[in-house]
Amino acid sequence: MSGDLAQGVPPLGDPLRGDRSSRLLGGGSGRSALRTNLIALGSAVVVFGALGLVIVNAPNWPAVQQAFFDGQVLADSLPELAQAFVVNIQLFLIAELLILPLALVVAVLRLLPGPAFFPARLFAVVYADLFRAVPGILVIALLGFGMPALGIPGIPSDPFIWGVIALVLLYSAYVSEVYRAGIQSVHPSQEAAARSLGLSRLQALRYVVIPQAVRRVIPPLLNDFIGLQKDTALVSVIGVVEVFRQAQIDEAATFNFTPYVGAALIFVVITVPLARFTDWLVARDRRRQLATAT
Amino acid sequence: MSQPPALRVEGLHKSFGRLEVLRGIDLVVADHEVVCLIGASGSGKSTLLRCIDLLEPLDAGRVVVEGTEITAIGVRVDEVRRRIGIVFQAFNLFPHMRVLDNVTLAPRKVLRVRAPEAERRALELLERFGLADKAREFPDRLSGGQQQRVAIVRALAMQPQLMLLDEITSALDPELVAEVLNVIRELAAAGMTMVIATHEMGFARDIANRVCFLDGGRILEEGPPEQLFGAPREERTRQFLQRIVEAGRL
Repeated sequence: MSGDLAQGVPPLGDPLRGDRSSRLLGGGSGRSALRTNLIALGSAVVVFGALGLVIVNAPNWPAVQQAFFDGQVLADSLPELAQAFVVNIQLFLIAELLILPLALVVAVLRLLPGPAFFPARLFAVVYADLFRAVPGILVIALLGFGMPALGIPGIPSDPFIWGVIALVLLYSAYVSEVYRAGIQSVHPSQEAAARSLGLSRLQALRYVVIPQAVRRVIPPLLNDFIGLQKDTALVSVIGVVEVFRQAQIDEAATFNFTPYVGAALIFVVITVPLARFTDWLVARDRRRQLATAT
Repeated sequence: MSQPPALRVEGLHKSFGRLEVLRGIDLVVADHEVVCLIGASGSGKSTLLRCIDLLEPLDAGRVVVEGTEITAIGVRVDEVRRRIGIVFQAFNLFPHMRVLDNVTLAPRKVLRVRAPEAERRALELLERFGLADKAREFPDRLSGGQQQRVAIVRALAMQPQLMLLDEITSALDPELVAEVLNVIRELAAAGMTMVIATHEMGFARDIANRVCFLDGGRILEEGPPEQLFGAPREERTRQFLQRIVEAGRL
């Protein structure tokens, strides 16, 4: 989707090869590539340069710069922010490890056939609908404030734990739908072939259908995990000191918004490579499909 | 009769929605017999084979394999399918597994054969059908003919008592048909009981002990290949064979 931002001239040669989407600069090879790249670079300098000039010359720019882009404040707050971001990474990693298997279970429940499994299907449908319908911040607040308030012995009161649980419940709903789409994209003849060899329905799912489905949905799965990475900041509402809450603390101490920009920068640095990697995976799969679809 | 036939189909009916595909099929196949099903596309050949393997639920009728009614209530379908091998028109190999794993999956997971033993037997079978050097390849690296031979080996690895072949050469380039048909000839010579849906009339005439002509969901005419191809009794059979001859396929 975001592959050909700077594409000026379409590449010469074979337009049906379908590898344009992987070329950010829109270049081909050899001399014409150099020329295309120069045009792309020049065009970028002109566009972004003009944009920068407009912003810097705006009447209120000095005030904005002072409030949001104060170099000294940034340098002072970054170490603390980075330290707080470790909490975001913990939230993300623990949640992801739980989401991957849990969402698969939900997806399989929803696909079980026959009247006997109606309760399982109903549960899966209601669960996925519910947790995709309620805003994440509400689920986090409800669980993080509500559950400890019940005062039931044995129930943890640590907001970090409730943050993880809320993220797992929220994202498993999305990820289960991704899995389900993947499972349904595997042609029924694959299951028929497995069943014809005597494998049970569950064995056919386990050894034949799910391995193929998971391979196909890796790019959309990664996409969801980019979202999860960002949504770890929502857990701040129940009092977990992660990077956003740390930025709030720094902002309150300095009366300057630069720490928020610093927190945003950290997310960008972590998330953009993952987004690039996802794009690269999608492009690679596309090339493979083109190569085998002859 | 001292021994029950390998397969007995009685009064088999099957509809898809309002379309009645099979309207009362009766068929008996003896041990070591090779029966070919011929007929136009849509005459019900594939559906019949899929019903025998219980891949499609029947609307009415019975299927009896080696004296056991497999359509009876309470029969464990997975156990029935172990004894019946089926090969599909589109190969349906598992694309994420190497050839060897395609062949050993069912013996390992269904029959609980241990991996080294399953692989030894699989390699023997692959060797026998000239595929030993492809054991470590993924299916998409093989030609259509090789893929279909792997699919046959995969079914044979379960040591079935009955093989069902569903137009197994229809998806192949013409020059790859012979290598697959030769495998089937070898199986027939080894005494495998087979029911074969096919458009290859020359092959059917060579290999079949008996040929059944399906028309409108019924077996309209059956008999030894010389009789059915040489002197068909039914007008519809004559018309069908006439069209095949005109297409240069017989």
